[in-house]
Amino acid sequence: MLSKIARINLVSSHPEVYDPCDDSFALVDALLADRANLLERHPSICMEIGCGSGYVITSLALLLGKEDSGAYYIATDINPHAVRVTCETLLAHGCHAEVVNTDIASGLEKRLSRSVDVMVVNPPYVPTPEEEVGRHGIASAWAGGENGRSVIDKILPVADKLLSDKGWLYLVTLTANNPLELCLQMRKKGYASRIILQRSTEEESLHVIKFSRDLDTLLEANECMALNKTENELATESSPFTPFSIWKYGKRNFN
Amino acid sequence: MRLLTHNMLSSNIKGVTNGFPLRIEVEKVVEKEVDLNMDFLRNMFAKIEWKALVEASRTMGYSELPDDAESSMLDSDEFLRKFHHALLELHLEEGALVCPETGRKFPVNKGIPNMLLHEDEV
Ligand SMILES: C[S@@+](CC[C@H](N)C(=O)[O-])C[C@H]1O[C@@H](n2cnc3c(N)ncnc32)[C@H](O)[C@@H]1O
Repeated sequence: MLSKIARINLVSSHPEVYDPCDDSFALVDALLADRANLLERHPSICMEIGCGSGYVITSLALLLGKEDSGAYYIATDINPHAVRVTCETLLAHGCHAEVVNTDIASGLEKRLSRSVDVMVVNPPYVPTPEEEVGRHGIASAWAGGENGRSVIDKILPVADKLLSDKGWLYLVTLTANNPLELCLQMRKKGYASRIILQRSTEEESLHVIKFSRDLDTLLEANECMALNKTENELATESSPFTPFSIWKYGKRNFN
Repeated sequence: MRLLTHNMLSSNIKGVTNGFPLRIEVEKVVEKEVDLNMDFLRNMFAKIEWKALVEASRTMGYSELPDDAESSMLDSDEFLRKFHHALLELHLEEGALVCPETGRKFPVNKGIPNMLLHEDEV
């Protein structure tokens, strides 16, 4: 049987490129778990920011591929080695994505504005001294500055610009990144958010958050959730999350 | 790089106001056959800047696209085939994308455009 996700032995590598790791697996597992929803959505443009080895974008293409051929996959990375390795990984799986060597989505923001249906991001999220962020080489794969938020905080406004009306963003975060605050921040911009996967590894506690611009869909999808919480209640809700810490809010909250 | 992606890229240099479309400098073009997907083409048609696609495909040596296009033409198989070929099957493998305002070249190597800016361009 053909695998629905990238095969690790076919993933290309390079000493200066981030190899698939727990965070990459968490993101792909979250996408797999949400596959039925993804297929139903028929995304026409899918984008990954920070594609590294290409493991995630290849898996996304494979898991959507069979039933939903004909989406435009585009992946970016700031690391010139990573974009090449991503192309090799895609090729080894018989997939295609367009790959661009750029900072976040620089050069694509104008024309892809409000167009991306599915965005996946496993960002550099490890708390480090600010100087380590964006350095050349492998350090830029994980160095996230204060609270690990430097790059995430740059990516979110870009995601907001690029996501289509029915756009979904899947983002990997660490407890130290303060995911609750990220969700509140995105909520102010009109996004519903939901932790769709939580996983504790030896070193870290990872979350995959799904942000959705189309509030209604997420509302329907949720079963266990904190109903109609006000922002203050949300803000005082304890973090870290329980595995299904989810909240929702109705359109009436927007005036 | 497919011309679809060329159609989505603009010069990102600070201060540039007319960064689209990037002019293409061709060193090597490759053609790769792709299955035609009508729904996908219809979806993409709405997002494409047609003039930029026509010009880009001519630079790449393909001059079958009509100068103007409108969505009703998507009913023609012949049109779809040409649109499909220009959009997805022509790849710029080696060359450069040139900012229309400043002339700055963004290299394309092994089919990957490099849009990274120098410090004084950000
Ligand atoms: C944690 S790794 C994830 C790699 C891969 N997506 C995965 O899940 O295995 C983060 C990736 O983001 C890239 N990156 C860091 N800063 C970036 C930026 N400003 N723009 C684009 N990519 C960036 C790094 O080069 C690295 O490949």
